[in-house]
Amino acid sequence: MLEYLWLIPVLPLLGFAVNGLVGLWKVSRTGKPQSKPFVYSVACGSVFLAFSLAVGCFWSLIQLDPHDRIIEQDLFTWITGGAVRTMSGDLANLHINWGMQLDPLSAVMILVVTGVGFLIHVYAIGYMADDEEGFYRFFSYMNLFMFMMLTLVLSNNFLVMFVGWEGVGLSSYLLIGYYIHKKSAGDAAKKAFVVNRIGDFGFIIAIMMIFSYFGTVDFTEVFEGVEAIFPTPELMWGPLSWIALLLFVGAMGKSAQIPLYVWLPDAMEGPTPVSALIHAATMVTAGVYMVARSSAIYSRAPDVLLIVAGIGIFTALVAATIAMFQQDIKKVLAYSTVSQLGYMFAALGVGAVAAGVFHLMTHAFFKALLFLGSGSVIVALHHEQDMRKMGGLKKYLPTTWWTMGIATLAIAGVPGLSGFFSKDEILWRSFSNPQGHILIWIVGVLVAGMTAFYMMRMMFLTFHGEERLLPKVAHHVQESPLVMTVPLMILAVGSAIVGFLGLPAWLGPNIFEHFLEPAFATHYQATEEVHHYAHSTEILLTVFSVTLAAMGIYIAYYFFIRHKEKSTWWVEKFRGVHQLVYNKYYVDETYDLLFVNRAKDTGRFLSAFDSNVVDGFVNGSATITRISAWISGQADIHIVDRIVNLIAEIFEYSSSLLRKVQTGLVQRYALFFVIGIILVISLYLYLGV
Amino acid sequence: MSFFMENILTIVCFFPLLGVALIVVWPKGKEHDQSIKWIANLVALIGFFISLPLITEFNNVQYIDSETGMRFVFKADWIPTIGAQYSFGIDGISMLLILLTTLMGFIAILSSWTAVTERVREYYCYFLLLQVGMLGVFMALDFFLFYVFWEVMLVPMYFIIGVWGGPRRLYAAIKFFLYTLAGSVLLLLGILALYFYQHSVTGVWSFDVLAMQQLNIPMGLQTWIFLAMFFGFAIKVPMFPFHTWLPDAHVEAPTAGSVILAAILLKMGTYGFVRFSLPILPEATMFFLYPLLVLSVIGIIYGALVAMMQKDMKKLVAYSSVSHLGFCMLGVFVATPVALEGGILQMINHGVSTGALFLIVGIIYERRHTRMIADFGGLSLIMPVYATVFLIMTLSSIGMPTLNGFIGEFMVLQGVFADPTYRLWAVWGAVGIVLGAAYMLWLYQRVMFGKLEHEENRNLPDLNWREMATFVPLIILAFWIGLYPKTFLDYLHEPVNQIVERVRPNEFSPLPAQAFLRE
Repeated sequence: MLEYLWLIPVLPLLGFAVNGLVGLWKVSRTGKPQSKPFVYSVACGSVFLAFSLAVGCFWSLIQLDPHDRIIEQDLFTWITGGAVRTMSGDLANLHINWGMQLDPLSAVMILVVTGVGFLIHVYAIGYMADDEEGFYRFFSYMNLFMFMMLTLVLSNNFLVMFVGWEGVGLSSYLLIGYYIHKKSAGDAAKKAFVVNRIGDFGFIIAIMMIFSYFGTVDFTEVFEGVEAIFPTPELMWGPLSWIALLLFVGAMGKSAQIPLYVWLPDAMEGPTPVSALIHAATMVTAGVYMVARSSAIYSRAPDVLLIVAGIGIFTALVAATIAMFQQDIKKVLAYSTVSQLGYMFAALGVGAVAAGVFHLMTHAFFKALLFLGSGSVIVALHHEQDMRKMGGLKKYLPTTWWTMGIATLAIAGVPGLSGFFSKDEILWRSFSNPQGHILIWIVGVLVAGMTAFYMMRMMFLTFHGEERLLPKVAHHVQESPLVMTVPLMILAVGSAIVGFLGLPAWLGPNIFEHFLEPAFATHYQATEEVHHYAHSTEILLTVFSVTLAAMGIYIAYYFFIRHKEKSTWWVEKFRGVHQLVYNKYYVDETYDLLFVNRAKDTGRFLSAFDSNVVDGFVNGSATITRISAWISGQADIHIVDRIVNLIAEIFEYSSSLLRKVQTGLVQRYALFFVIGIILVISLYLYLGV
Repeated sequence: MSFFMENILTIVCFFPLLGVALIVVWPKGKEHDQSIKWIANLVALIGFFISLPLITEFNNVQYIDSETGMRFVFKADWIPTIGAQYSFGIDGISMLLILLTTLMGFIAILSSWTAVTERVREYYCYFLLLQVGMLGVFMALDFFLFYVFWEVMLVPMYFIIGVWGGPRRLYAAIKFFLYTLAGSVLLLLGILALYFYQHSVTGVWSFDVLAMQQLNIPMGLQTWIFLAMFFGFAIKVPMFPFHTWLPDAHVEAPTAGSVILAAILLKMGTYGFVRFSLPILPEATMFFLYPLLVLSVIGIIYGALVAMMQKDMKKLVAYSSVSHLGFCMLGVFVATPVALEGGILQMINHGVSTGALFLIVGIIYERRHTRMIADFGGLSLIMPVYATVFLIMTLSSIGMPTLNGFIGEFMVLQGVFADPTYRLWAVWGAVGIVLGAAYMLWLYQRVMFGKLEHEENRNLPDLNWREMATFVPLIILAFWIGLYPKTFLDYLHEPVNQIVERVRPNEFSPLPAQAFLRE
């Protein structure tokens, strides 16, 4: 099975090529779009095959001895450049293969990506059913995304990972901007791409640094090099810390962490399946995956770990506060995603890599489900996303209600559901790990309570209470077709049970962590001493966080079901604070003010500078040449010629001869012209450069 | 066959003259325009095909000059009194550029089919003449011969802009001509200085470039010659601050003129640095390295920022050229093997993607007679194929991995970064990549996305077969270089290592020769 590993990304690529090319050909030849069954059979079929292959490869992988569970395959030679002298003084050729690697970490990722991806593809058949023109476009972009994402997680070196990294950014760009006629969609797409590029700026410099130090970008070789050159953690800030920090800058962009999170909420302009697949379940977790993958580097850069944990938990907090006050159902989920990604980074920052990846997986289930559920609501209400125009939908959309309900309880951390296990693991680790800190735990627990509150608020506003539907949609609200609800149900089952793969120590074996262990646990254990706490401490902390979550749920119930008037009263009372948070702390406006508009101003200024000053010199030298040519011409006519004429009056015969000589004037003009330009340019360069 | 192979460079270079001759003797009159187009297109296409053996036979020992490693060398006395020789020969660098020239030449001519309706006969004659000049520049191994081609090339381009250009064509054409001429004069001074110095050392009057590359010129003289040649080449590239002729020339030139200007003519400058400045004047290059890097990086960022605020699509693409060529120059000057290979590859990449972008602009210009960004919007649903091509080329231009631009930019930056002294310049260069995404995607958004606000755009026809044919080779090349650059890089290792060995002696030796052995 493992020899077909390369087919996992290639299958969706074929789907993309077939749908894209055939669709384009059809629409340009006949003016009519490709038939929908063809499009979705190809798209979903290719992803399903990839999923089956992924399961097969996973199965083959776990047959192997835990220490042999790393399979590398080089597909072809990609870049062959000349020599580079690495920092150790050796010569290394820039020789990069297009290679793949299957190990426990990437195995988990491909299962999540293809599995959740397939369900979302199926769901999209229903969700996109009304879209005649763009159906083929949508599915070909989705397949392109699957290809790029699988390339990202299956690569065996940093540069091929970067290919996937940029590639998912591209497909995200195309899908956010999918509704072409909407200006806001185009803006959001561009914003997403450019903000991600800022992160990628860090990533690519990190890659260049890695190559300059280790002479390779291959994961295995780099991590071996790290262990050899930096056997102990860098206590002072050094090259390894720079590499780790720059990689994290890349992760900040892709995984929407402060200060680069601003693109993700806007990305909700894309169709809802896109939000579910790309902006919740898979692409945005790429940063988490990358940091987890680079554990060998991070475990030796304690300062950067602190930064990762700090930014992670801070992002979790800030995004959670914003999510509490949003009115757009997708915006709530978007900020919730940012917040949960913050959790994952907090886990990575305290050295709990397995816990972070575990949360990544459970989050993929319940967040995809939440988005798909919100999509079901949105479709039922004819593309209404404002929760103020919802309410009481439970009786119209029963399946959507109970599936979303499970996901909400899961993310809120209700014991027994998946989110509970993964979140609790993170909180416990941030408390108990040597890199952890009590502050991270406190904020984490607080955020858990806030999460429970805003998620329940969303459920109450959408499905409970009185109906606030717009009259034109109110009488034909109906549950989505099976093609949409069956993926919801499957994801609901997943959201409920996948948590049992990672039981806390006091309950049973943590299968998940044990499985991932060969990939990175060694880095941390080798470098740090692990504290040991009694089970009772862990249980106590769990009780505490569950209590807070319960409080969050109750507060939501209190404000949005029981005493609705109270919520407006509080909003009125703290108008300023509410405005500030409701408007997302005016971060977008600040960025516009500080960076976007300033960049445009600079461009405008330089543009004027270019045509007036730089080009002014050129034109000025031409003008000077022309004037001097005119003066010499005039001098020729009025002085030289006058003398000539004077002589001519005396010597009439010779003057007529001399006049004929004067026809050389044009050449002289040109000569002065050229000499003048040379002089002025050289003078300018001499003075100006 | 053997006659053909022994004179292949001469034949490839002067083959377009056959077309000129045919067009000149062809019966006059409007009704013959069609056949003239056919002649020009066929000659250009055949010209491309007969240049293909340059790749296939490149590593054939028969055609390798054992002394210099040059391929397909041909030498004959030309002006014996001054020692000028008719001397042709190519290495991997010039081979790639020659193929780019024959390909882009054909594409440019093909793209003019409906765009040019006036003075068709003269137009195609000039284009074919231009082709001869450009090919000669890349083939000449005699500095005098090089200079002749260098100047010959100016004339047809001057007429192409001045006759078939836009409203301000005369201004643009004269500016182009005089500005480059001013540089050329200085270049000529540099050449003459080298010529006399060579005579004073060897006692032979000769313009032989390869012999000059073996000279060890005293530092003082090197700096002066370097400066003289720098102006000649930098104006052509164009490097900041000598670039202002470029936007004017591009905006006024007809589409095909812009394509050739961007894809090939600008490469003359970069090629000049690679072929002459670096190997002949290595110490001076390193001496001036700092200001050169500053100018290159300013070019990258400045070009990008200015491009961002342009309202005219062609001007935007023209300024993006300034930015991209900054990358080329960054890689060339820093002269580590990876950076230099990247810089040269980036020359090809820029030819492919910017050439294609000018074609793209030309296509809607031909349909709508405007290039203002504000006159468009929402085209992607009306012209889906066009939108796809435009997207691919935009992505290629902003360095999307799997497309060509990424490989070039990455290699340049990696090569610069690996030298700790100049590490920071790679970081500045990388800023240009972020800005590149901003201005190109903004352009794409404003032209292709959004509501259709101008009714006259509603019925714009999508690409026809001829237009598609101009793009297909470029799209293939963009993916090819992006996914399997080895094909192209393999030709660069050998000449690049020679240049690097001159500029940075012993830094990258012992040359890891085994790694470059071809399968």
